[in-house]
Amino acid sequence: MKKEKYSESSRKSKHGGILTVIFTLLSIAYMFPIFLVVINSFKKKAYISRRPFEIPTGKMFVELENYIKGIERTGFFEAFGVSLFVTVFSVLVIVICTSMCAWYITRVKNSVTKGIYYLCLFSMIVPFQMVMFTLSKLANMMHLGNPVGLIFVYLGFGAGLAVFMFCGFCKSIPLEIEEAAMMDGCNPLQTFFRIVLPIMKPTCITVAILQTMWIWNDYLLPYLVLDIKKYKTIPIAVQYLKGGYGSVDMGAMMGVLVLSIIPIIVFYLFCQKYIIEGVVAGAVKG
Amino acid sequence: MEKAIKRYFPIFVLPTFVAFIFGFIAPFVMGIYLSFCKFTTVTDAKFIGFDNYLKVFTDETFLHALWYTAAFTVVSVVLINVLAFAVAWFLTKGIRGTNIFRTVFFMPNLIGGIILGYIWQLLLNGILLQFDRTLTYSSVYGFWGLVILMCWQQVGYMMIIYIAGIQNIPGELIEAAKIDGANSRQILRRVTLPMIMPSITICTFLTLTNSFKLFDQNLALTNGEPSNMSEMLALNIFNTFYGRTGWEGVGQAKAVIFFILVALIALTQNWLTRRKEVQQ
Repeated sequence: MKKEKYSESSRKSKHGGILTVIFTLLSIAYMFPIFLVVINSFKKKAYISRRPFEIPTGKMFVELENYIKGIERTGFFEAFGVSLFVTVFSVLVIVICTSMCAWYITRVKNSVTKGIYYLCLFSMIVPFQMVMFTLSKLANMMHLGNPVGLIFVYLGFGAGLAVFMFCGFCKSIPLEIEEAAMMDGCNPLQTFFRIVLPIMKPTCITVAILQTMWIWNDYLLPYLVLDIKKYKTIPIAVQYLKGGYGSVDMGAMMGVLVLSIIPIIVFYLFCQKYIIEGVVAGAVKG
Repeated sequence: MEKAIKRYFPIFVLPTFVAFIFGFIAPFVMGIYLSFCKFTTVTDAKFIGFDNYLKVFTDETFLHALWYTAAFTVVSVVLINVLAFAVAWFLTKGIRGTNIFRTVFFMPNLIGGIILGYIWQLLLNGILLQFDRTLTYSSVYGFWGLVILMCWQQVGYMMIIYIAGIQNIPGELIEAAKIDGANSRQILRRVTLPMIMPSITICTFLTLTNSFKLFDQNLALTNGEPSNMSEMLALNIFNTFYGRTGWEGVGQAKAVIFFILVALIALTQNWLTRRKEVQQ
């Protein structure tokens, strides 16, 4: 497939100006739900449900009260810590372990490695609900209801897609490079970490981005596996606000929602290029 | 070389393989077995044959959820893909501010389903308030609320994939079509659409499975209200497991059926759209 791209200037349409205006309006409309939550996070809770579209002024304005209440009720910063810990280390563990596994099963050909490959492929179409109950009971029996145990569970459940993507890339690496390294006296571990892993960097980024988007936002798996009296991730904390109290405190809810969105937007603005490339690369191979 | 690597099995493969057995294979096999059993925890299972499956098909909430999910999936797959393609089409025309628009449209993807659900609950309830209704007034509101939410979330993701597909079409193909006198609609139908068939395959696959397996958004937006009428399959299975004691076996049987449906949909869709892809 040829990579020649449309040159942007030659395709400039004659309606460019109008389209820009239309898309600017569309973009503003697109961001409206988020603005709405931000506006309401400064509103007294009694007014949120009744007058959601009004700007909080005068007696409706409550400064940071909603945020403070939200943080107190959900233990937001602890939840943020747990989410961050689980996401960062799960992604690291997944990238390293599955890339090693994928390299091994593409280089060593026998029935075992073939079996592992097809099992990984198969696991990609199995929905979580299928293993939900048994997985959570198994995790309970093995006392994995803590963040470290959760990382292990994520490695197991996320392995399928990651191994599949790494395998696709491994097949395209020329054998000669690795053979040369081995000739020069590298053992397989050194060959992998000094030669193969650096070559696989683009795939590592793709896998890391896809897994981060999944794990950071995942609700059900941590909810079932973690001991949620002790540990909460951000989605669990948000949902807890709804379930834990009879009627929902809309004020606290708005505060927590805004706080949960902020880290995502910061992350997105810094890593936008990688995220979009990762999504495209992941889609081509998936 | 293969021999040298082979001895390293415990280091390279074992960690992933052990986690994989534990996190996927064992629960999967147990799940299949337990769907034929009566149990409350996994250790007290008694084999009872197909009873659970019979119960599933006489459970009206499940049949309703199945129908509701199917309708939702069809509507959202069509809407998301048409909208995403339309946006991608305009954003590859080189209009000013393309990058900013792309950034904005993609953003909702990174926000988790639970959080999205509550954001839209606020907005939609606010709008419905003008008519003295709420989202949980009828399952129809829940349905369209979910469709709007899903479009808002997924259009950006699919748009990115379509943009990549459109940009990969060789420029001389379009030029040749123009020289042959094709107008822009003909170029779209005869050149662009056939050339981006791989993107269409991927996007329909992703939207199909995402919509069919939807859980978080459903839980946060309506939680199945009013009285389980806006409950989708995944939520129905969850509620069967954890909401009704003694129904764990039925829940597991539902999960097996759910898995078979997802697998069938995925394989059929792949087969159908792959046939339409053209050689490049």
